Amino acid sequence: MYSNISTFASGLIFGLGLVIAQMTNPVKVLAFLDVAGSWDPTLALVMVGALLTLGILQRFIRKNSEQIQDTDLQACVSPKARIDAKLVTGSAIFGIGWGLSGFCPGPALISVSSGLAGSYVFVGTMFIGFFLFNWLHRGR
Amino acid sequence: MTYLTILSALGGGALIGLAAALLLFFNNRTAGISGIAAGILPPWQQDIGWRLWFLAGLVLSAPLWTLLGGSVYMEIDAPLTVLAIAGLLVGYGTRLGGGCTSGHGICGNARLSARSITATLLFMTTAGITVFLVRHGF
Repeated sequence: MYSNISTFASGLIFGLGLVIAQMTNPVKVLAFLDVAGSWDPTLALVMVGALLTLGILQRFIRKNSEQIQDTDLQACVSPKARIDAKLVTGSAIFGIGWGLSGFCPGPALISVSSGLAGSYVFVGTMFIGFFLFNWLHRGR
Repeated sequence: MTYLTILSALGGGALIGLAAALLLFFNNRTAGISGIAAGILPPWQQDIGWRLWFLAGLVLSAPLWTLLGGSVYMEIDAPLTVLAIAGLLVGYGTRLGGGCTSGHGICGNARLSARSITATLLFMTTAGITVFLVRHGF
């Protein structure tokens, strides 16, 4: 029960951070990615703020990679990290989708509350993409 | 870039870092949104309860911010067909790469993971090139 409260609170605070930082605005995200245009570098500070905060708090939390129950990011929380073709290809594909839309997964999910048609279309096909991966890579 | 947007970007980022730290401390989980969201789809390998709680909080954040008197900015430029293709690429790509802007960009990078740093540099680069081609290339 308590663990559900903390996960809910974490999701809520995470979302508030994205909303306040305006990461949920695809037009602003695209302006951040448009280095050759009228570049808006503000969003780089979102990562600065997040990395500083997590970096500092993490020193007190001190979880080692065995304690963290995350199958996706296990290879990233473990010091024995290996860079493979899947990581490279997947990240490159993700970037293209991000650049076409201005949406990454968190902000896209938050945007469904806006009622915008584009948001539903994006989130719908994003889940199809998730499912496609599960289906193509099943049993592996 | 005004002082206000600098502060909101830094402050918003700090909240994201705090949220990731809470999830790590109380639940032993990394706050990777693509992984959390994809985990609610079959085949179910583990409990999905905590994922639904996290996602509920995430989705309710915008209405809560509005309720508190804040402004939520959301403008979408891209046509629906482009958004449909982009959603597929983001969904499939983040799963294949094992993370997105949150998992790799924040949680992994905060641990100085070589995988996450590589992933972040890559998706930033391909996103930048895509925007360049769309806006200045054709």
